[in-house]
Amino acid sequence: MRLAWTLGGFVALIVLLAVGLRLNPREVPSPLIGKPAPAFELPLLAAPDKIFSQKDMLGRVWVLNVWASWCAPCLVEHPQITRLAAGAVPVVGLNYKDAREDALPWLSRNGNPFAASVYDGAGRIALDYGVYGVPETYVIDRKGVIRYKRIGPVTPEILKEKIEPLLKELNG
Amino acid sequence: MVRLALVLFCGLAIAQEDPVLEKRVRDLSSELRCLVCQNQTLADSSAPLAVDLRNQVREQLKSGKSERDVIDFLVARYGDFVLYRPPLKGNTLLLWAGPFILLAFGLFLLFLRITRKVPAEAELSESDRARAAKLLE
Repeated sequence: MRLAWTLGGFVALIVLLAVGLRLNPREVPSPLIGKPAPAFELPLLAAPDKIFSQKDMLGRVWVLNVWASWCAPCLVEHPQITRLAAGAVPVVGLNYKDAREDALPWLSRNGNPFAASVYDGAGRIALDYGVYGVPETYVIDRKGVIRYKRIGPVTPEILKEKIEPLLKELNG
Repeated sequence: MVRLALVLFCGLAIAQEDPVLEKRVRDLSSELRCLVCQNQTLADSSAPLAVDLRNQVREQLKSGKSERDVIDFLVARYGDFVLYRPPLKGNTLLLWAGPFILLAFGLFLLFLRITRKVPAEAELSESDRARAAKLLE
C-alpha cells in the first residue's frame, strides 16, 4: 500500500516534469491576438519616399512577416514565406532593424516574395507588434484584426497545419 | 569603434543627466522580464531588445508617464509574461495558491502522522516477568 503510494507519487512527478520539458517557454501567448493590428506609416524598403500603412490592406486577408538580413532563421523560413506568397494572400515584409544596403541585396539574392516591404530601421513599429525574436509572422483578417501570430521561423508543418487552413477559413 | 565610443558617451551622458529618472528606470526594469533571455530582468540584460525597451521605459517616464502606464504599455504588447510578479487572475490562481496548497497538504500529512495511534505495548505476563528476572540474575 505504502509502496503503491510512493510509486504513484513518483510517476505523477515524472509525468509533470515530462510535460514541463516539452513546453516551449519561448512561445509566449501574444496579447495581440483578436486585437486590431497596430497602426503604422512606414517608408517602403526600396523607395524611402513612399509611405505604406496597415490601412492600405483593409478589406483583404494578409500576412505580415517581420524579417532582417542579419537573421539566420529568416533565411530558413524563406522557402515557406515564398510558398505562402505564391498563394492567394499577399505577404507584406517588415524589415526590422536592418540597413537598406543589406536588406535589398538579401532580397535579390534569395528572392523577393513580398507584395510590399516596409522599413522599420529603429524597430519602433515592431515594438508595437510585440516583436521580440525575428522572424515573426502575423495573419491579419479583412477588418485588420490579428488572428494568428507565429514567433520564430515558419516551418513547413506550421504552414500546412496552422497558417494555410486559417487563411482558407478567413478567405472563405 | 566610433559607434562604441558614441554609445558609451551617450550612456554616460544619460546617466549624468538625471539620477532620479535613472533610478526609476532601473527600479522599474528590474521588475520586468527580458523576452529574449527570459530568465534575466530588463535591467540586467544586454540583448538589443532589452536596450530598446529600457530606452522606451526611460522615454515614457521622462515624458511624465507613471510606472503603471509603462507597465500597461508593455503588457499590452508582450502580455503578462513581461511581469516578474504576475497579476492574480483565473489562469494564475494555481501559481499563486500552489505553494499554500502544498504547505496545507504537508501539514495535513504531518498531523496524520503525529496523531496516529501508537499500538499499546503488550503487558508482560507473570511468567514473562519471572523469566526476565531469572535472566537478569
